[in-house]
Amino acid sequence: MTKEEIKKTIVDAIYEIAPEHEGEEIPEKESLQESLEIDSYDFLNLLTALAKKLGVEVPEEDYGKVDTLEHMVDYFAERIK
Amino acid sequence: MDTKRWIEKDVAAMPVKPNLLDYEEARKNFSWEEVGQHFDGLSSGGLNIAHEAIDRHANGALREKTALIWHGKSGERKTFTYGEMKHLTNKFANVVKDLGFEKGERIYMLSPRVPELYIAVMGILKNRSVMCPLFAQFGPEPILQRLQGGDAKGLVTTERLYGKKVAGIVDQVPGLKYIFLIDAKDHRDEKVLSLPKLMEEASEEFTIEPTDPEDMSLLHFTSGTTGKPKGVIHVHKAIYTHWVTGYYVLDFHPDDVFWCTADPGWVTGTSYGIIAPWLHGITNVVDEAEFDAKRWFSILQDEKVNVWYTAPTAVRRLMRLDVDPLKEYDLSNLRLIQSVGEPLNPEAVWWGMEKLKLPIHDNWWQTETGGIMIANYLSQTIRPGSMGRPIPGVEAAIVQRNEDGSATVITEPGKEGDLALKPGWPSMFRGYLHNEEKYKNSFVDGWYISGDLAYRDEDGYFWFVGRADDIIKTSGHMVGPFEVESALMEHPAVAEAGVIGKPDPVAGQIVKAFVSLKKGYEPSEELRRELIAFGRKKLGVAIAPKEIEFMDELPKTRSGKIMRRLLKAQELGLPLGDTSTLEK
Repeated sequence: MTKEEIKKTIVDAIYEIAPEHEGEEIPEKESLQESLEIDSYDFLNLLTALAKKLGVEVPEEDYGKVDTLEHMVDYFAERIK
Repeated sequence: MDTKRWIEKDVAAMPVKPNLLDYEEARKNFSWEEVGQHFDGLSSGGLNIAHEAIDRHANGALREKTALIWHGKSGERKTFTYGEMKHLTNKFANVVKDLGFEKGERIYMLSPRVPELYIAVMGILKNRSVMCPLFAQFGPEPILQRLQGGDAKGLVTTERLYGKKVAGIVDQVPGLKYIFLIDAKDHRDEKVLSLPKLMEEASEEFTIEPTDPEDMSLLHFTSGTTGKPKGVIHVHKAIYTHWVTGYYVLDFHPDDVFWCTADPGWVTGTSYGIIAPWLHGITNVVDEAEFDAKRWFSILQDEKVNVWYTAPTAVRRLMRLDVDPLKEYDLSNLRLIQSVGEPLNPEAVWWGMEKLKLPIHDNWWQTETGGIMIANYLSQTIRPGSMGRPIPGVEAAIVQRNEDGSATVITEPGKEGDLALKPGWPSMFRGYLHNEEKYKNSFVDGWYISGDLAYRDEDGYFWFVGRADDIIKTSGHMVGPFEVESALMEHPAVAEAGVIGKPDPVAGQIVKAFVSLKKGYEPSEELRRELIAFGRKKLGVAIAPKEIEFMDELPKTRSGKIMRRLLKAQELGLPLGDTSTLEK
């Protein structure tokens, strides 16, 4: 999977959980929770959805490493075989 | 009773002697009048929260002591001494005074957890205006309702929150005189002002005018099952309760570092995230960022936090960690963990014992009570799953409401009823703003009826059973189903909406809406997403439904009222119970 494909998967999952942002450009370097106003329940759901789609589970202790879209793409890119 | 599951305490082995050693003795000898000795009072007369929390210490030996340690979301760290806080809160008080804000006028806060929030709260109180907090994750609709419901005269917020949530509704609040932007360099116009600019020009000297202990100090909105959110009135004298619970429940000692993780948009975040630690002259930690397990453990370690007040949702998130916290972090300064927001499950209490070598103490109170009412104490046995026993000075009981308007105290252990409190504790709410009738109805036959159902065991420990109404508790805060239903029904496709709390392992409950559609609309995935988006835009993420399910028709009573109880039973797969009042 290319980084672009990973990014598209993440963005689609964000649109699913926070459909009020559908079609919007998701900022790369800002905290997703803050800039999109998603709460920690949404964020957990987002990572659960991505675990299903990408086959990589993010453990709770790594949540700080997936705070922005850019970091999240990097995190999955490193772990998807 | 399974006493093997209880957690007994070894007080002699505790690093610091707890303030409360003998529970029965403390209750017996307690008097609210004596609590007043811990306060200065104003030289001009009366009692003012901000004087007791800030100026009293700044004028004395604690002037150079750190009052606030602030962690910014991007890694910054700032500290403020009591002396600095006095000057900054004086400046804020002058800002509002110079603009004509008067005693009793409501100034709202809609802000992330930045130092300006804490400064503004105390400044507002110094001016004897009333502070009314809003949660930053509210959408425009809940903000508008609360601004209108409390006759807002001022609002302190950020450029981002103003642009996103306030600018579009501000015309509907004509009484709102000024909006202070925490992060704006320049004034936008005559109404929307730069707070930094005003603060720069304001004087550091301020004299608090006479404040009656019964003057309104805070207005906290809380959700009801029907109708609009209610403005819960609190007064300056509430600090008696804050002081006592800080002493007995949070066990504050003079050198303590305290961290309350609650947001000041909710009552825990003001009573204990701001007021109680400062009344005791201790150091208060604030973190601007949202929950992050590693970050939280780092703060506990690096700031050498002694007493930590958090919430079940956060504890359950921490329980998901694979790592052993004590192997990775030095938490040796931590000696007490308290939790509030919703009942703490016994597993969480035990998790604390196993992973942190400290039990987590549950306690119970609500917006209307102003402070902790029932608690587990550092020195006392914990019965995991129980909220504990009433604080000294507070009488709690399980009562049964009778049809003739009287109430009978249930003395039989284990029998469920309404959790009730004997009115008269200092932080008891003094009214629902503009709704005297609702206030009166909260009291039955000399008891304040909390709306929670509970039972009491033979040793006086209280156990939560459930809500007596349809209020939803999600991530520790209350959501009124009516507010959500009303918002959804503004969507052109929605005929009816019924909203319930769906059990969730982390959030406790999540908001779920059942929706029936108007003629000409068909359920579809697109429409479901559209409604989710609609709710989130209007209500904000803290209130909006997380799930929507379509139904052809919602179950209603003969009089046409939607039966949330049946929706909930259906969601949980429970028997539907008595349906005799149901519409045919």
